[in-house]
Amino acid sequence: MKHTLAVLVENKPGVLTHISGLISRRAFNIESIAAGYTEEPDTTRITIVVEGNEIEQEQVVNQLSKLIDVIKISDLTAVESIQRELALIKVKASAATRSDIINIVEIFRASIVDVNRETMVIELSGDETKIDALCQVLEDDHGIIEIVRTGKIALSRGPVPAKDQ
Amino acid sequence: MIMTGAEAIIQSLKNENVDVVFGYPGGAVLTLYDALYQADFRHILTKHEQGSVHAADGYARATGKVGVVIATSGPGATNLITGIATAYMDSIPLVAITGQVSVPLIGRDSFQEADIRGITTPITKHNYLVKKVEDLPGALKEAFHIARTGRPGPVVVDIAKDVFAASFDYQYPNEVKLRGYRPVCEGDSEMIDKVFAEMKLARKPLIFVGGGVNLSDSSEELKALIEQSGFPVISTLMGLGCVPNEHPQFLGMVGMHGTYAANMATTECDLLIGIGVRFDDRVTGLLSEFAAKAKIIHFDIDPAEINKNVLAHLRIVGDMRWSIPALSQRVKDVSAELTEQVRPWLEKVRNWHQEKPLTYEQGPDVVMPQAVVEKVSRLTQGDAVIVTDVGQHQMWVAQFYGFKNPRSLLTSGGLGTMGYGLPAALGAQCGLPDRPVILFVGDGGIMMNCQELAAVAEYNFPVKVLIFNNQCLGMVAQWQRMFYGGRYSHTSLKGSTTDFVKLAEAMGVAGLRVTKPEELEKVLEQALAIPGPVVVDIRIPEVLDVLPMVPAGACLDQMMMGGAEE
Repeated sequence: MKHTLAVLVENKPGVLTHISGLISRRAFNIESIAAGYTEEPDTTRITIVVEGNEIEQEQVVNQLSKLIDVIKISDLTAVESIQRELALIKVKASAATRSDIINIVEIFRASIVDVNRETMVIELSGDETKIDALCQVLEDDHGIIEIVRTGKIALSRGPVPAKDQ
Repeated sequence: MIMTGAEAIIQSLKNENVDVVFGYPGGAVLTLYDALYQADFRHILTKHEQGSVHAADGYARATGKVGVVIATSGPGATNLITGIATAYMDSIPLVAITGQVSVPLIGRDSFQEADIRGITTPITKHNYLVKKVEDLPGALKEAFHIARTGRPGPVVVDIAKDVFAASFDYQYPNEVKLRGYRPVCEGDSEMIDKVFAEMKLARKPLIFVGGGVNLSDSSEELKALIEQSGFPVISTLMGLGCVPNEHPQFLGMVGMHGTYAANMATTECDLLIGIGVRFDDRVTGLLSEFAAKAKIIHFDIDPAEINKNVLAHLRIVGDMRWSIPALSQRVKDVSAELTEQVRPWLEKVRNWHQEKPLTYEQGPDVVMPQAVVEKVSRLTQGDAVIVTDVGQHQMWVAQFYGFKNPRSLLTSGGLGTMGYGLPAALGAQCGLPDRPVILFVGDGGIMMNCQELAAVAEYNFPVKVLIFNNQCLGMVAQWQRMFYGGRYSHTSLKGSTTDFVKLAEAMGVAGLRVTKPEELEKVLEQALAIPGPVVVDIRIPEVLDVLPMVPAGACLDQMMMGGAEE
C-alpha cells in the first residue's frame, strides 16, 4: 500500500542529495517527493509517498531516520490527514473548444490561469485521483500539451504538528 | 583564540585525542600540511591515498579509536573512496579530512576539483563541505562524535582551500547539538524480559555473534552471558575473537565457509539470538531456509538493521554495552536450570563439531596454506593481531587461526576489498607498536597495494607479510572450477614475472621464501625473529578449494564438505 511520510529535515545544503541518494541506493519505491520551507526557518519539510508493504515501509523510515539531517519522520497514513497535489495543465484550445474546456474546469473546481489563441493553462489542486480524472477528460476531448505536478503534500488534522507526533 | 583554519584543525585533533594521522599532501591541503609541520604533529606518509585510508581503518580496528586520514582535493580524495566504502560496510570509525578547491572555484570544474561530498554520500555515515572557517570547529566536533558513537562509521569533512588559511576566533564546542542524531544507547528493558522468557522456553537455542560485539568491546560481557546460559555459540567472520575459539560452547564460523556444526546448528535451532550481526548473504545462504525452525531475536544498535534481511520475532535496539549485561543480569539467577535444559542440545552440536571438524588433506611435499595458518597460530599462541586481504587465504585464516582475543582479526568483511591488507596492517602496527602484527595476503592482493611495503620499511613497522602464493586468483579460480566448467578466465598468474623476495628487498623489507613443507617452521620462526618488516613468499598448491562451502544462494545445510576424511 501507499504511505505518506512527513519528513522534517535540517534546512542545510546537501540534505536533498542525502535523501535522494539514500532512496536510489536502497532501491526504495518512491512515488513522489515534495520539499519546501516550514514555519521554522531552519527546518525543511519533505512529503514522500512510498509504495510498499509494512516491512518495506519500515525500512524506508528506519533508513531515512539514520540520516543525520533527518530530524523527525511521521507517517501521515496512520492519522487523519489532508492530502493535496497541485497540477498545471496546458491544453490545446481554439476559439471553438474554449467554452467546453471552461465547463470542464468548472465541474472540477479548477481555474484557468492563462489563455492564448491555441492553448489554455489550467490550475487544479486536489487529491491525485481528481487530478488524474481531469487530465483524462482533457486529453480525450482536447489534447494535452504538457503537465506539471508538484507531488503530494500532506498535513495531519487536529492540533498536533508532525514534529510532536 | 585567533588562529587559522589549518591551526584550528590541529587543535581540534588534539582536543579529540588524536595522536596520529595518515595522509598524503597536495595542492589544496598545503596550508594544512604547513600547520602539521609547524605543530610537529605525527603524520604517517603512505605511498598512495588508498594506503592512507586503509591504514587509518586498520588503526581504528586495532585500537578502537577513530582513524584519521588526510588527502588533497580531486584525485587525492577520490583515491580514498574504496577505503571509505570498506570502513562503511564494516562500521569502522574514520574521519577523512579532504581539501577542496577554494570557494570561488567550486563548481567550475577547476583543477583537481571533485564533488567529494556528492561522491561519498552513499558510503559515509555523514559528510560535510566546509566553506566558512567559522563552521570548521563545529563540523569537526560533529564528525568525531558521529564517527564514534552509535553504529560507528566514516565521516568526510571536505574543506575549501581558502578556509585553511582564513583567520578566526577559534573555540571548540564542548558538546554537539544534532536534532536528527540521537543514537539509542539504552533500549527497552521489557524487551530484555521477553528475550529472557524465550530463552527459558528454548530447547535448541543458539547465540550468534557478529562484529557489533567487537566494535562495542563487549566480549567479556558476552562471555559471561554465554557461560551463564550454557547455550552454544556461533560467529560471523567479523565476530571472530569475541569468543575464544577453544571455548567449549563455541562452534566456529557460520555461513558460506562456516563449520559443519555451526551451519547445522543454525538450521536445526529453535531459538537464534543474533547479537551485533546483520544477516549478510554470505552468512544466511538461502534466506527463506535460514534458521527456518527458529524464533529469531535480533540485538543491534541500528534500528534499520532489524528486519532488513531476516524478520526478527523480537528486536532489541540498543548499545551492546547495555543490552548484553542487562540480559546477563536476568540469566545469571537461573544459570543452572538453563544450562541443564540445553545440555542435550549442546552435546549434540558439540558432537557434530567433533565428528566433522575443519580439516584438510596434507598433500605430498607441498606447503598447505591451512598448515601455515595453524603453525603461525602456534608460534604466536593465537595472540597476534592478524590482518588479511580478501580471498581464499582470508577464509583459511578465519577457519584455522583459532582467535582468542577481540579486535585480533582485521579483515574487509563487508566490502571484500582486495588490497586492504597491507596498508591496514601498517595502520594496526602504528596503533599497537608492541603487538605482533601478521598479514596474510594472496599473490593477487599483495600487488594491489604493494607500494606500501616501502612505507612499512621507511617507518620500520615490523609487520610480517605472509604471501600465500598459489600463482592464481584463488577464490575466483575456485568458483570458475566449481561453477564455470573450469574455464580459468584471467585468474592464472603463472606468467607473473614478479619475484616477491626481490620486490620486498627493493623496498627495504627483508624477503624470505618457503617452497617445501620442511622449511616452513624454520622460516616462520626466522621471520618472527627479525625485528623489522618481513615478506615471506610461501608457495602453496594452485588447485585448492576453501571447504566446507555452501554455494551462493543455497541452504546452509547443503555443504560441500571435503577435508581430510574424503
